[in-house]
Amino acid sequence: MALLQIAEPGQSAAPHQHKLAAGIDLGTTNSLVATVRSGEAKTLSNSAGQDMLPSVVRYTADNVIVGHAAAADAVLDPHNTIVSVKRLMGRGFAEINADAEHIPYELVDQSGLVAINTIQGIKNPVEVSAEILATLADTASQTLGGELTGVVITVPAYFDDSQRQATKDAAKLAGLNVLRLLNEPTAAALAYGLDSGQEGVVAVYDLGGGTFDISILRLKRGVFEVLATGGDSALGGDDFDHALVNWLQQQTGQSTLSHSELRQYLVTARQIKENLSATEQLDFVLPLASGEFKGQISRADFDALIQPLVRKTIRACKQVLRDAGLDTEEIQQVVLVGGSTRVPLVRSAVAEFFAAEPLTSIDPDKVVAIGAAIQANVLVGNKSDHDTLLLDVIPLSLGLETMGGLVEKIIPRNTVIPVARAQEFTTFKDGQTAMAIHVLQGERELVDACRSLARFNLTNIPAMAAGGAHIRVTFQVDADGLLSVTAQEKSTGVSASIQVKPSYGLSDDQVATMIQSSMLYAKQDMQQRLLKEQQVEAERVLEAVTAALHADASLLSPEEKLNVEQALAALDTVKRGEDTAAIKAAIEHTNHITDEFAARRMDISIRSALQGHKVDEV
Amino acid sequence: MNYFQLFHLPAQFELDLTELGTRYLELQRQFHPDKHAAGSERDKLMAVQQAANINDAYHSLKQPLLRAEHLLALRGLKISNEQRSFMEPAFLMQQMELRELLAEISDAADPDALIDEADQQIQQQKKALLRQLQSALDANNPEHDHQAADIIRKLKFFFKLQQELELIEQTQD
Repeated sequence: MALLQIAEPGQSAAPHQHKLAAGIDLGTTNSLVATVRSGEAKTLSNSAGQDMLPSVVRYTADNVIVGHAAAADAVLDPHNTIVSVKRLMGRGFAEINADAEHIPYELVDQSGLVAINTIQGIKNPVEVSAEILATLADTASQTLGGELTGVVITVPAYFDDSQRQATKDAAKLAGLNVLRLLNEPTAAALAYGLDSGQEGVVAVYDLGGGTFDISILRLKRGVFEVLATGGDSALGGDDFDHALVNWLQQQTGQSTLSHSELRQYLVTARQIKENLSATEQLDFVLPLASGEFKGQISRADFDALIQPLVRKTIRACKQVLRDAGLDTEEIQQVVLVGGSTRVPLVRSAVAEFFAAEPLTSIDPDKVVAIGAAIQANVLVGNKSDHDTLLLDVIPLSLGLETMGGLVEKIIPRNTVIPVARAQEFTTFKDGQTAMAIHVLQGERELVDACRSLARFNLTNIPAMAAGGAHIRVTFQVDADGLLSVTAQEKSTGVSASIQVKPSYGLSDDQVATMIQSSMLYAKQDMQQRLLKEQQVEAERVLEAVTAALHADASLLSPEEKLNVEQALAALDTVKRGEDTAAIKAAIEHTNHITDEFAARRMDISIRSALQGHKVDEV
Repeated sequence: MNYFQLFHLPAQFELDLTELGTRYLELQRQFHPDKHAAGSERDKLMAVQQAANINDAYHSLKQPLLRAEHLLALRGLKISNEQRSFMEPAFLMQQMELRELLAEISDAADPDALIDEADQQIQQQKKALLRQLQSALDANNPEHDHQAADIIRKLKFFFKLQQELELIEQTQD
């Protein structure tokens, strides 16, 4: 009887049904969404036929405008029009405010985090980014005619843990199921690699609006292995614009600018920059309150302004080659990604450094979204012609604060993820039951020179003599590049409790509150959404365990098998109801009952993976 | 966990790195979290842990020092995390001389020549010690295992020197 019931979800799941998945390039200047349809990855356009969505959000008294319309209003309403919000993601108020002279809206301190004061109140970068993500997801589900099962969102490879977490929080707030955060250069390599069937070592030089990444990858038979990555998460085309604004100010003699004037200067600066990619000499007009300012600039003038910035990127290229243990001759191809690689000086500097003509056959503005779409399609479980494997790395070392304000590295940069490393700590006082751990990210030796990620308080350590308790703290970085920490006292096996206080991020509770109070969700939708989430998870558990039972029932004793079947039957029944908490409990119960089974299967599958290999060899 | 078993390779110091790489990729093709992204939360968590184990095992076997330490650990001799610093005076003397050489580089008239000299010395010593390590581990008995542990301790000094030299080289650019 029980068997019949549990066979049902397998039947209803229709395993070969094409699931809707999208790749999202959440850029500093522009964002895009792409998907794989009939085996081909393509960017999706909105109802106006545009696929590039300016990453601009404007808050009006009773509305939120995203994209082209918002960008058009930037000069008119600079205070409520948020541009380049990506540069604020996961950052502290103090670090951003230090060079806020080029930010034409009002920054505020939201308990250490940077936020923006708008007509609709204080908005943090996570909320602003969520608006962009929701708009893109909307475009996708309207074009594809259904709700998205999951998305892959790209992030700069050089994004640290706080910046990645902020991106994931934004997706959560937008109501999206994130299959993976994918590094932008890796996404680009995936798009190129599958497109051209190229093998060998490639460099991906990705200069966007606000971030710079350089990654070295080895492509071999469907494996995309990142050998090293580097960059600067606060360097991009925006900085070219700022250099031009400074130059324009010298020309006009206007030493201070209002927010609205600054916006106008920035708009003109960007036009100059873009035009100088095609022409050597340019006449321009800068509209001012006092009338028009007419001027002239040559490409050589512009090159001189941005030369220091370009040189900075080349220095990062040198470092990343060193990290990969390679010489420039060993790089077979250089792929250019990001709108800022259209600047002729950037192109020639890259070509000269790598002594190779850069590859630009896929539109540098779209290549990242296309790569993300390919990966989303694979991750969601759709059949793909390519058996790809992406092996990525952590861009910045993770470490702990030790005596004297020094940082001890636990996981060095360019370590392949996922990774787990354990570190042991001991108590230094008799009866000590708590301990504080400060986690940092960066390459420098001093705490102050690294980025603070979080502070952990370990409590409930069993009271023992000094040095008696050994606490094993495990740092795990998952495939999204996100860190989690667990702790256990070794002699007693007691799990010490951990309270996490992210230095530049939101706690889980804060995110939950934001979701609940969000304009994106009506209150009753919230309950519906939580129920649906649990139902989907219940479905996954049912499918997975049912498949496991089919394959490996022999690993269970008859009694164990009965227990599993009963748990599944119960879960299946509860899942049909509308009691979110009961579904959650039933999932937990099923997981608990099948923990041992899952471990045995994992063990067997590792062994059979190797035995399969042995058979092949014979 | 026995990493050699995981990759189905003989538990010895000499290792076919190409073979190791091939088997590593085979395992990751099966256990990488990307292959389980559509699974339940528990399956995803297990995939992360499993892939992390495989990465750790690969990392440990790829590097000769870590491989030797793992081999000794499997034979019941743990030397990681130890705080033993006792060394033969002759060895310490040699280390001090090399350190002095490194310290001279930045003020030297021809730093590149000194860098080359230091590099050569370090490489030579490393090679010789790695050869000794190999034969000590191949002997596979407790007495030789303790010798191997001593050689590993010495090699650590040289690996550290090499790192420092690389840092000095970078600052010369």
